[in-house]
Amino acid sequence: MAKETTHNIPHIVPLRIYLAVGAALLILTGVTVTVSLIPLGGWNVVVALTVAAIKALLVAFFFMHLLYDKKIFLVIFTMAVIILAIFITLTMFDTMERGRTNPEGARPFKDKAIIYEEKKAPIQKPDSTGETFEKGR
Amino acid sequence: MEHSDKHTPHLAHHFGEMEQQRESAKLGMWIFLLTEILLFGGLFAAYAIYRAWNPDMFYNAHKHLNIYLGGINTIVLISSSVTMALSIRSMQLNNKKRTMAFLIATLLMAVVFLVIKYFEYHHKFELGQLPGKYYTYTGIEGTNPHIFFSIYFMMTGLHGIHVIAGMGLITWMLRKTMKNTFSPEYYTPLEMTGLYWHLVDMIWIFLFPLLYLVG
Repeated sequence: MAKETTHNIPHIVPLRIYLAVGAALLILTGVTVTVSLIPLGGWNVVVALTVAAIKALLVAFFFMHLLYDKKIFLVIFTMAVIILAIFITLTMFDTMERGRTNPEGARPFKDKAIIYEEKKAPIQKPDSTGETFEKGR
Repeated sequence: MEHSDKHTPHLAHHFGEMEQQRESAKLGMWIFLLTEILLFGGLFAAYAIYRAWNPDMFYNAHKHLNIYLGGINTIVLISSSVTMALSIRSMQLNNKKRTMAFLIATLLMAVVFLVIKYFEYHHKFELGQLPGKYYTYTGIEGTNPHIFFSIYFMMTGLHGIHVIAGMGLITWMLRKTMKNTFSPEYYTPLEMTGLYWHLVDMIWIFLFPLLYLVG
């Protein structure tokens, strides 16, 4: 394929790998759309995020060359993901659980405020401190 | 020094060899991408919190996003990532014409993405499905559905700004390619642009299911 040269030319990814990864990404898009149309309750968001994570890893490893480059770049990427995971997980623990010790703090401060009262009355949700993430579907 | 001047005009003085220079640039780019991930991470956290507080409202509101337009945009952006990767590969193989063709293809798909986004935004502006106090739509059940659209516009808007920035970078790379700046030995700016573009694609890969599919 490539002419052999003696320079430090980085790894050239074969064409078929790029095309295969592209095809896999499109297929996974089809999968995630299809699954989202099937009501699975809380599992819908789990499936959607799992498929998205697989797609993101395909992009990172092949398109962004993390598989072929020095591992330091993979370390930086992993760091970003870990920091983000800690950030969102701890935030969600607080958001979901702080009502146990402080029921008044369980919901947003201005939760009862309906900003558009003059419009067709929006349906007021019952105060639901124990509402879980999955309940939405 | 003298040997590097002969072979690699792009090697800066403070680097020992091209590989070191290339990897230093890449290190800086990855650290920048880390901050980008965290920038969007804040919005993803906001999404998670408000969705946890208003699961039914989010579910009702997300049905008002057009899954077909969102899906087409996903396909367009993934395809543009493929062409971006192929343009870098073409430069590695010293095929300038193909590099430019793939860059133009990437640019065109970015335009398609933004045009579709424009129609989606336009539709929502007409209906009054707008963030915060500009929200005037009445067809969504649940408390304060403007929250969903605040998050929708913030996330897709910031992503859209990144697409526009990426288009600027790609245009710049097209110019550099035309001026014969790049060679199989030196194409670092092209590669950095590619990394940025793939990150923009990666963020959309999460935005699409979270906003359009599961709400």
